[in-house]
Amino acid sequence: MISVAINLGLAVMCLCLILNLIRLLKGPSTPDRILALDTMYINTVALILLFGLRLERAIFFEAALLIAMMGFVGTVALANYLLHGDIIE
Amino acid sequence: MIAEIIISALILIGVTFSFIGSLGLVKLRDFYMRVHVPTKATTLGIGSLLIASTIFFTIHRGTPAVHEILIVLFLFMTAPVSAHMLMKAGLHERLKDVNGEVEEKLGS
Repeated sequence: MISVAINLGLAVMCLCLILNLIRLLKGPSTPDRILALDTMYINTVALILLFGLRLERAIFFEAALLIAMMGFVGTVALANYLLHGDIIE
Repeated sequence: MIAEIIISALILIGVTFSFIGSLGLVKLRDFYMRVHVPTKATTLGIGSLLIASTIFFTIHRGTPAVHEILIVLFLFMTAPVSAHMLMKAGLHERLKDVNGEVEEKLGS
């Protein structure tokens, strides 16, 4: 039963990433695109977690944690660039 | 058996919330509505998924699996911060809302 739920979850997460990609390509303004990229990072963390559950390996958690940290740093850097014109003052 | 049902239900709940969030990102009409999506729906979805994986690996290995909690803590701390930064950037860019108006007083 768990494997059915995990497979269904993987399919739905791929659909979520496609929806985020639509917003990333279409987004009328730059903050919209940054927002879509941030959501894509979080959904990728969920996808990697589901993949780790499917293979029953715990090594994927480190990858998920790294992607979450890099996504936060990237989002803050891009928002800072829009706000101040440079990243580090 | 009970654990299997709980894990499957948590996975399905988390995936459903993530899907609602992603659908909202496409369907909502202006930036100030869309900025709610990754902070609320998607963060709740990934929290549910991580509880499911904590239960799964605790049963699978026999010892308590705690380092999944790290990801939950990190995401729950950073999602409001990044949403706040994005909202400030949107106000700074003077984006229009649904009625075509620009907020004058809030931006800095």
